[in-house]
Amino acid sequence: MDPIKKVSTIISKGSLTDVYPGLILANGARMEGIEANLFFTFFGLEAILEKRMDKLKVPTVANPAMHIPSIIGILPGMSAFATMMMKKEMKKLDIPPVREFIEMIHDAGAEIYACKATVEMFHLTKEDFCEQVDGILTVGEFYEKSAGAQIIFT
Amino acid sequence: MKKEFQVKGKIYELNEDGYLANPEQWDESFAVEIAKELGINELTEKHMMVINYMREYYKQNGVVPTLRKVSKESGVGMKDLYSLFPDGPIKKAAKISGLPKPQSCV
Repeated sequence: MDPIKKVSTIISKGSLTDVYPGLILANGARMEGIEANLFFTFFGLEAILEKRMDKLKVPTVANPAMHIPSIIGILPGMSAFATMMMKKEMKKLDIPPVREFIEMIHDAGAEIYACKATVEMFHLTKEDFCEQVDGILTVGEFYEKSAGAQIIFT
Repeated sequence: MKKEFQVKGKIYELNEDGYLANPEQWDESFAVEIAKELGINELTEKHMMVINYMREYYKQNGVVPTLRKVSKESGVGMKDLYSLFPDGPIKKAAKISGLPKPQSCV
């Protein structure tokens, strides 16, 4: 079988647990010598917004796999607690915080893009994003950049 | 399947993934020659900084460091790691350093 040569990973959701899988996949691709692009759309944009990217949280409601009943999960501080616990565990695995992960992936040669429709919908500009963002793309441009790539949607 | 790698008459045994079977057997002439096999024609001072750091880390901890650790502690940053060891920096660096296959996802 032919090895994978290029991947385009889309991150469309904005909680900490939604963002990390895409970051790990993109970074892992570069580590394997696979060309990688990262596209952020809808609430996924939180991960590259200068003011939001350090504040992503683990959700504690509506997720049976958390093993926390939603009625408990809504209590103040539950999400902050779960977030703290998860960050502690990730640190043990040498997985960096979101901001550093984005820098690392960019330094690794992956390109990072924001979705134009969402940027307009949320009234954002290029200045709202961290410096690693290479551009704001339409869906058509996204497909152009993804030529020859496997597309991963998260 | 196991493979043998020869440098000036000395035989180095590689495991099925192409990593040196016995890290103790490593020496610089192995590093220079295996690097050529992996498309790195010359091991520069910067390459050696990475290799020495990785070997020392392995000796102390018994595992291959993560790429992130190498980028923070070896004195060679992430961008340089990707240009010094193209197409898979941590795997290539581990092979040249005579260490086992890296087991971390980051």
